[in-house]
Amino acid sequence: MNRRDFLKLACFSVVGTPARSVFDRLTGKDIAGPTKEGQPKWAMVVDLKMCASKPGCRDCVDACHSIHNVPAFNNPKDEVKWVWTDSYKNIFPEQSHRFVSVEVQTRPVLILCNHCENPPCVKVCPTRATFRREDGIVMMDYHRCIGCRYCMAACPYGARSFNWKDPRPFIKKIKEDFPTRTKGVVEKCSFCEERLAKGLKPACVEACTTKALTFGDLNEPNSQVRNLLASKPNIRRKAYLGTEPKVFYLE
Amino acid sequence: MHDTAKVIAGIAVFLIVVLSPVWYNTVTGQASYVPQLKLPTDEKYCVETAPYMRTNHIELLELWKKIVVRTGKRIYKATDGKTYTMSLAGTCMKCHSNKADFCDRCHNYTNVQPNCWECHVVPKGVKTEATEHAR
Repeated sequence: MNRRDFLKLACFSVVGTPARSVFDRLTGKDIAGPTKEGQPKWAMVVDLKMCASKPGCRDCVDACHSIHNVPAFNNPKDEVKWVWTDSYKNIFPEQSHRFVSVEVQTRPVLILCNHCENPPCVKVCPTRATFRREDGIVMMDYHRCIGCRYCMAACPYGARSFNWKDPRPFIKKIKEDFPTRTKGVVEKCSFCEERLAKGLKPACVEACTTKALTFGDLNEPNSQVRNLLASKPNIRRKAYLGTEPKVFYLE
Repeated sequence: MHDTAKVIAGIAVFLIVVLSPVWYNTVTGQASYVPQLKLPTDEKYCVETAPYMRTNHIELLELWKKIVVRTGKRIYKATDGKTYTMSLAGTCMKCHSNKADFCDRCHNYTNVQPNCWECHVVPKGVKTEATEHAR
């Protein structure tokens, strides 16, 4: 190989390496992502109409927060939350124009960590305390979190909370089988990873009495979530960002 | 030099003061002190051998944490083939239910302050030192 060929090859490989991932994205990789044999890809579908059918309901929020030892600070500035609700017009600003009915606009929308396929929080974490598991769950290793809150800045959904104070005195009843967090760490929903390991559904899905929440495996073609997504129009929060959220909403 | 006596006396006093703790321990027999740990009565064998556990329990816990958090797997296969659920509060504390006279006593002696229990919850029925959270 002469000098000229070598330089050509070097240029091509430098340009080619990132081009590969761009190409992959443009050719429309499936949201389910690369599949390992038998590896689930967890997702949740929220039926907004069914959810709104029981006004003021907090069953899922209470269930989640009590089993995960989520503290209840009285001050909204210190608030720690894994699942919570906000109005449709706040959560889907790009979907709510002035002709959308008031009923829809003010509908409560259940929000939680979207367990993105392409999670910005994971990219920015300097200690790799937050990471994406192969089954799609965006997890926290609380041992490694140094409380820099880069992930909170990176998350476009505000799904993460920071412990500004020692949370223990603010937990109503500490559940023994789940750790609390400590001052200075970030926390968020884990799709009930500890329950999935036992073959149980997430606590919020189990607690929901209106059957608004469906949880399942995107890699399973006949799963309930896949059927719902195939049969009904659905939206995701800020899907245009390319984060590939895995919490879907039926309007 | 005119102050030989004073200098020697000064050195002697200095040595007495500096070495007094050593002497005190030797005379009172505390130099050979080792904390007496109360071992669990209902189980004779830990996850791995006792010498391994004595020196490497924190490495084992770290490994368990890594496997559980990163891969989601929860069953640990020990060297002897026995399997254990990887859980500090659930598995370790089941046998080591006397935290005060086992974990805490040795950690206090070696002046180690593990922060496990700032997040993990000590199961009910486990004896703990009241002073442990005071630091």
